[in-house]
Amino acid sequence: MSSNHNDEHEESHNPPRRKEMSRRQFLTYTLGGATAYMAAGVVLPMLRFAVDPILQNKEEGAFVKVVEESKITNEPQEFHFELQQQDGWYNSTATLTAWIRKNDQGEIIALSPICKHLGCLVGWNSNKNFPDEYHCPCHGARYTPDGKNLAVAPKPLDQYETKVENGWIYLGEIVPNTVVS
Amino acid sequence: MLKNVYNWIDERLDITPIWRDVADHEVPEHVNPAHHFSAFVYCFGGLTFFITVIQILSGMFLTMYYVPDIINAYNSVEYLQTQVAFGQIVRGMHHWGASLVIVMMFLHTMRVFFTGSYKAPREMNWVVGMLIFFVMLGLGLTGYLLPWDNKAYFATKVTLEIANSVPWLGPIIKELLQGGTIVGAETLTRFFAIHVFFLPAVLLALLVGHFIMIRRQGISGPL
Repeated sequence: MSSNHNDEHEESHNPPRRKEMSRRQFLTYTLGGATAYMAAGVVLPMLRFAVDPILQNKEEGAFVKVVEESKITNEPQEFHFELQQQDGWYNSTATLTAWIRKNDQGEIIALSPICKHLGCLVGWNSNKNFPDEYHCPCHGARYTPDGKNLAVAPKPLDQYETKVENGWIYLGEIVPNTVVS
Repeated sequence: MLKNVYNWIDERLDITPIWRDVADHEVPEHVNPAHHFSAFVYCFGGLTFFITVIQILSGMFLTMYYVPDIINAYNSVEYLQTQVAFGQIVRGMHHWGASLVIVMMFLHTMRVFFTGSYKAPREMNWVVGMLIFFVMLGLGLTGYLLPWDNKAYFATKVTLEIANSVPWLGPIIKELLQGGTIVGAETLTRFFAIHVFFLPAVLLALLVGHFIMIRRQGISGPL
């Protein structure tokens, strides 16, 4: 551009150098930007579509009527109850299990039988060698009637949120054990 | 940073010649709309491909929610369309794109016909193009049944009657497509498999052939 000017005053002074963008670079950025913008218009809706399940509001766990309070003893008993769940477009019923007992203070304790070791199902008094304990058939994890872990398992059994109304026991969500820890 | 990553890979695998061969080729003046605006007619093939890419992408995402089952199909489509964020957009892309791809392909075919580009030595590419056309029609047909609503059901009944009218082989073709004696559960799973696996595989193979032939033979000359 100013080459003639430069030649005349060679070595006399350095022209101020501006960082100029070349025409090619400008076109590359413009085309690249426009392409990226259009590609984003196509791809972003699809990505939002795909991640929608993790952004949906989780349903609050409802309490389910399980058993009359008068039937609960000191000894844990197994109860099954059903939970309506909305699974996308599909409405299904899940069957859950709780082992419920009343402790010496008269508190209702409803334990989830899912072993805290690797997730098998524990049973009460299910092994002759360990009377009056929850025992897991998979790796021999054992728990007290309140769910305290005695062997193998790293944590006590989880509990159901419990509510008593008009002589009936209602169970809610599964939460970490609060009785023994 | 990106340049360094590219150079690191390029030093080892020498990938520059590969993408040069794919992307870096001259566009002749008579097909460049910047020189002659009427040359936009040469864009229809590329536009067909562009929409095909959108169809493949949106279709892949739709299968995250869709179930090919007579009890759940309609419910899953309704769910993804009304409950899932951007469901209307993604299904919309696939729905309208399906029609648009046929339109673009038709325009592309017209351009090839009226510029005489199908003539020697490009006859084989015309034939491959025609095969692509029929595969696309097949994709449209099999995809139409998948929402499992009344329109889909009766359109498929009619199509199968058309297949039935083929001399001698008709009833066999119909029962093969139908997967039984009625339009039902097996028809739906069959159409789903054809729509999602069989025809796209054939389509991609044909597209590769179509593009390789263009690169080998070049774009046909000016009128």
